[in-house]
Amino acid sequence: MGGKVGLKGTDGQEIVKKAMELGATPVSLVRATEALQMIAPIKDEIELIAYPFEMGEDEARNCGFDPIIIGAITRGETTATDTNNAAREMLKLRVELILFAGGDGTARDIYEAIGQEVPALGIPAGVKIHSGVFAVNPRKAGELALRFLKGSAKLREAEVMDIDEEAFRRGRVSARLYGYLRVPYERSLVQSVKSGSFAVLDDKRNQEIIAEYVAEKMEDDWYYVLGPGTTVKAITDKLGIKKTLLGVDLINKGKMVAMDLNEEQLLRYIEGKKVKIIVSPIGGQGFIFGRGNQQISPEVIRKVGKGNILVIATVSKLSSMGLGQPLLVDTGDDCVDKMMSGYVRVITGYNEEVVVKVAG
Amino acid sequence: MNDEKLTVYHAVVWNEPIIYELGRKGRRGFIVPMVEDKVKAAVGDVAARIPEKMRRKELPKLPELSEPEVVRHYLRLSQQTFGVDSGINVGVGTCTMKYNPKLNEALARSPKIADLHPLEDEENIQGILEIMYRLKKWLCEISGMDDFSLQPRGGAHAVFANACIIRAYHEFNGEHRRDEIITTVLSHPCNGGSPAVAGFKVITLYPNEETGIPDIEALKAAVSKHTAGLMITDPYDTGVFDSNIEEYIRIVHEVGGLVAIDQANANCILGNFRIGDAGADLCHFNLHKSFSTPHGSCGPGSAPIGVKEGLSKFLPVPTVEFDGNKYYLDYNRPHSIGKVAEFYGVIPNVLRAYAWLMSMGAEGLKETSEVAVINNNYLIKKLLDVQGVSLPWGKRHPFRMQEARFSLEKLEEDTGIGIQDFNRRIVDFGVQRCFLSHEPWIIPEPFTPEPPESTLKEDLDRFAEIFHQISHEAYTKPEIIKRAPHNCSVSKVDPASSLDPEKWAITWRAYLKKHR
Repeated sequence: MGGKVGLKGTDGQEIVKKAMELGATPVSLVRATEALQMIAPIKDEIELIAYPFEMGEDEARNCGFDPIIIGAITRGETTATDTNNAAREMLKLRVELILFAGGDGTARDIYEAIGQEVPALGIPAGVKIHSGVFAVNPRKAGELALRFLKGSAKLREAEVMDIDEEAFRRGRVSARLYGYLRVPYERSLVQSVKSGSFAVLDDKRNQEIIAEYVAEKMEDDWYYVLGPGTTVKAITDKLGIKKTLLGVDLINKGKMVAMDLNEEQLLRYIEGKKVKIIVSPIGGQGFIFGRGNQQISPEVIRKVGKGNILVIATVSKLSSMGLGQPLLVDTGDDCVDKMMSGYVRVITGYNEEVVVKVAG
Repeated sequence: MNDEKLTVYHAVVWNEPIIYELGRKGRRGFIVPMVEDKVKAAVGDVAARIPEKMRRKELPKLPELSEPEVVRHYLRLSQQTFGVDSGINVGVGTCTMKYNPKLNEALARSPKIADLHPLEDEENIQGILEIMYRLKKWLCEISGMDDFSLQPRGGAHAVFANACIIRAYHEFNGEHRRDEIITTVLSHPCNGGSPAVAGFKVITLYPNEETGIPDIEALKAAVSKHTAGLMITDPYDTGVFDSNIEEYIRIVHEVGGLVAIDQANANCILGNFRIGDAGADLCHFNLHKSFSTPHGSCGPGSAPIGVKEGLSKFLPVPTVEFDGNKYYLDYNRPHSIGKVAEFYGVIPNVLRAYAWLMSMGAEGLKETSEVAVINNNYLIKKLLDVQGVSLPWGKRHPFRMQEARFSLEKLEEDTGIGIQDFNRRIVDFGVQRCFLSHEPWIIPEPFTPEPPESTLKEDLDRFAEIFHQISHEAYTKPEIIKRAPHNCSVSKVDPASSLDPEKWAITWRAYLKKHR
């Protein structure tokens, strides 16, 4: 809820009341119903578990499902705690997939309850969507869920992100990367009918291949600043060392030098050394700097230089962002943003790169 | 819309088993007579000359059938096959499914060529050598290149050979850091894949969302002192001719790289435009596309490569030359990249292409490309009238060259019927399914028809009518499409087993191991 009446998110009870007074309608219900309709054809082959009333039961019944209802809520007064509880209980019941409608806040609530234990997929119905765990629209969410339930969709890790609400309302933008959910993904690389060959590279394998290539090219006298994310982490996995999934780490000679650094520490470590930065686009919009990795500040980027920044991404990550969509930078420093803008070569495989536009 | 008029087709249904499942133990089609004693005595024990390690311990597990059974089996399979001679193949774009003239078939099957051995003395094969030489010269004339090799077997093979020539060129010039090839995502994937096999790093450019072609700035960001060359298909599979091509060539030449153009889509420019004149250094043609030789169900193809004079010394060996008196195979080429295949090329296809060019002449070629473009734009107009069909980059590029890439995205959104479903239904009308798109798909629900010059106007009209019919079905009774095909030799096939390494089997032996 929120959106049309111009409020920036509805995570507090106060804000919810205001939104309702200003005439906002719960859009989640409509969106969730749209998605569930895609799954309705197999309703007799699956068990649908839902929370009561507007948290799932109503939408399910609207689509002809006969859901198993768990939990208890007060109609019209649901909060983040309810979402969290629902997810927790569904995890206990070992469901195959949790389908949720909402925005980044909801994604965060779900993530806090289930982590990577159960696959999940978001139906976009919120104002702000930075997380990569949402489908493009409710219909696609339903389709993807259907494909997953039928066993023909793979899983990849997608970012759970959220903007710091208080900061945002005061005019400052700062997004945090909270973690990763396992999400079914749509393959846009599909069987070529003409050649009859099937050449889909799954996301995880693509990450391993990129990691192999980058690791191979690393030199002993260089230090590497590793940004957050699973694609970058695949490199340290390859090297056999631990990395913080959500933080910025520094490695050299294939060994960890320092983990989870903030800007100040980073600047100290890289002083006087030969440094490269390795980052991967974060979130549904593809930020390479400015969301989820602010520790790599404009100062750090300036010291390292554009020529020493490696951007890595799987092909499905790039195509999930849409054709022609640029990667984004928002470091807070106009000069650095401008320096990074233009075209960048993104490593997408072993000895394979794609030229992508970067916009400030 | 008269339903009956369109759906009069029904395929033969034999439910024919695999040949290994036929026959009976002990059956033979032909008994080879025993060798006469005199011969045996003179020759001795031939089998004994096979090294012990290579000798079979068991008899080969061949099927055991009588001759009538074999004849019947393959005839039935052929009856269940839909090819370019069976009906409309307009949907299969990028392949250029033009008619294969039967006169050329008769020529290619003549014992005069069929009985020739590639190692025959050059004196005895002057005829075919002359044909090879003249075809080479004509391809130079058509493309604006200076020399050709007929050796590569198909498009990806030709691009591989060209990538090797590019490498040889740079090494010859002492440039050892040239290890990058730039390509575009709308080129045939072999323009990235073949150089990768040849050991290059491949950098791919994506098209600008608005223009449908890559930005000049993107290419400028991709070139460097490591650039060996640019390898792209032009015009693209979207039917768009890259208007930046001369600028690309200039930029790449400026950094010292070479430009190779994949001319798989040349059917629309024959006789009208020469890539050599635009500055390209290398190119190739697909004889089984623009030059009318049969596709042969994925082979044999034939893809001669063309080069500018300075690169001639790197061509695969041997080339066919003429010394004023006779034709000969030239092996004296010390800088050649070597062989990319056995012998000299797919000679029966060389012969067919030669015969086709003889029948066309220069005027015929010009007319070929013009009619192909007219056919394509006529079809585009008709298909855009079909509900649910759209043409990406249609505003920017309303007219296309040899083919166009459409999207069925709107139909899919409205009705849930996408291109895969559509294809399973279109075959019910006795029409070949549409080619979708090479990977990666950058257009959702893509399909790419291409009507070469040999397509009848009635076929174009019927194809469009069928599209209307199926679109109408999608909006009113989609079930009939979801359960298609109804009129074909097999019904809906579940592709699951062909996607699972535990299940897929392309030999009988593998099948037995995994499934029995």
